[in-house]
Amino acid sequence: MNAPAYNFAYLDEQTKRMIRRAILKAIAIPGYQVPFASREMPMPYGWGTGGVQVTAAILGPQDVLKVIDQGSDDTTNAISIRKFFAKTAGVATTTATEEATVIQTRHRIPETALNANQVLVYQVPIPEPLRFLEPRETETRRMHALAEYGLMHVKLYEDIARFGHIATAYAYPVKVNARYVMDPSPTPKFDNPKMDNCPALQLFGAGREKRIYAIPPYTQVVSLDFEDHPFEPYRFNAPCALCGAENSYLDEIVTDDKGGRMFVCSDTDYCEGRQAAGHHGSLSAAPYKEKAQEASNG
Amino acid sequence: MTTIAELPPGFADKVLSAQSTFRSVMDAMARPGSVQRIVPMAGAPGPLMRGTAAIALTLFDHDTPLWLDARMAESSDVVKWLKFHTGAPVVRDASIASFALISDGGALPSLERFALGSSEYPDRSTTVIIQVDSLVSGRSFELRGPGIDGVATLQASIEPFDLFERLHFNEALFPRGIDVVLVADDAVVAIPRTTRVVSMGS
Repeated sequence: MNAPAYNFAYLDEQTKRMIRRAILKAIAIPGYQVPFASREMPMPYGWGTGGVQVTAAILGPQDVLKVIDQGSDDTTNAISIRKFFAKTAGVATTTATEEATVIQTRHRIPETALNANQVLVYQVPIPEPLRFLEPRETETRRMHALAEYGLMHVKLYEDIARFGHIATAYAYPVKVNARYVMDPSPTPKFDNPKMDNCPALQLFGAGREKRIYAIPPYTQVVSLDFEDHPFEPYRFNAPCALCGAENSYLDEIVTDDKGGRMFVCSDTDYCEGRQAAGHHGSLSAAPYKEKAQEASNG
Repeated sequence: MTTIAELPPGFADKVLSAQSTFRSVMDAMARPGSVQRIVPMAGAPGPLMRGTAAIALTLFDHDTPLWLDARMAESSDVVKWLKFHTGAPVVRDASIASFALISDGGALPSLERFALGSSEYPDRSTTVIIQVDSLVSGRSFELRGPGIDGVATLQASIEPFDLFERLHFNEALFPRGIDVVLVADDAVVAIPRTTRVVSMGS
């Protein structure tokens, strides 16, 4: 028997319809978390089950899929999900940001600017930005209904009172279209400005918490702040050790037990692209030099 | 009498046709005013346009109470086709409908009669699908809001002619409100509740 073991893109059609309806409402109400009947997926909660369900509901055979985990195409989570869709949907996959039509991401937004033909799908662990301030769902739902976000400003203020600056470095709360306060998922706050007025559609899926939300293209996304403590994206004050980039988000990598460390681009595709284009940093990796030599030799 | 065997068919390829149709509707909703095309073909009985039929097959099922306007409800071909292919329960009370199908825009009931959602659950609102004459010619409209880079323009020949004026109530209601999907044959334009439309005359 040659019948396929799974439906196209794994999910059954009824589930896809349910998720697709949730996506449409999420787009119509930017930043509002739409409840959906999240399914069990063949991977544990916390591994991107929400993002995977959103991707499965939108993916078609003509799509080109890229999956990143903390900016990297080459980590276990990213490779597993990429292979999952290559197997269940037969879609083409890529690591190049500009080639992709659907990009599923865990905790980063690519450095390369997104375009209008792309959809960015975020994996979200805790979709409710107010959850750590107010554990009751009934109360947070009421606060969203009334646009009562004073508690979030108190939290940011307490950061200032305690540390002298807003110490929230990731999952930095944003206000979407001047209405809903939204958790951008645990992206570094360095990425927050990329969400504002982005040409690509941004979809967020939280599998365990059963929520889908969205930012339509060209929508205002403002990071919460104060007049005297304006929002500032954070970045290590160093160039990338491999490609020399001065404006990309960096990972700190400990290289020995004597305090040695290097800073490299978190976005591996961006970094490799720059190296291939001839940029290099203080610790540029040998394989790229060899490749460059091979290229110049013929 | 129509038997099941005489009903127009659904999608030839249920899975990929629904995916392709959904992407058109998603793009329409994400970019209000942009005209998206629905490619997959399904049989469309009576007053149902082929675009509407494809959207029905893509989004309707037993979980989505459906409200039909008089012209749709009077067509037993449409009612039977929807029942057979989608299983969506047809309801008479518009305020509990997930979707409403309108073929006679002139007789569009007051929008307040549809589900507007609650402040806590604004997603529990009716998506109103209205069949119109044209989405490429007619009066000009300017659209602003999320999904639009500055201003989008739409040329459309629609009934009711004051639809966009009536949709102004979305502004005060937000986050509650009505999302509208306009269909003309295979063309689709979505007007989510965040979109502000101004008529520019003809």
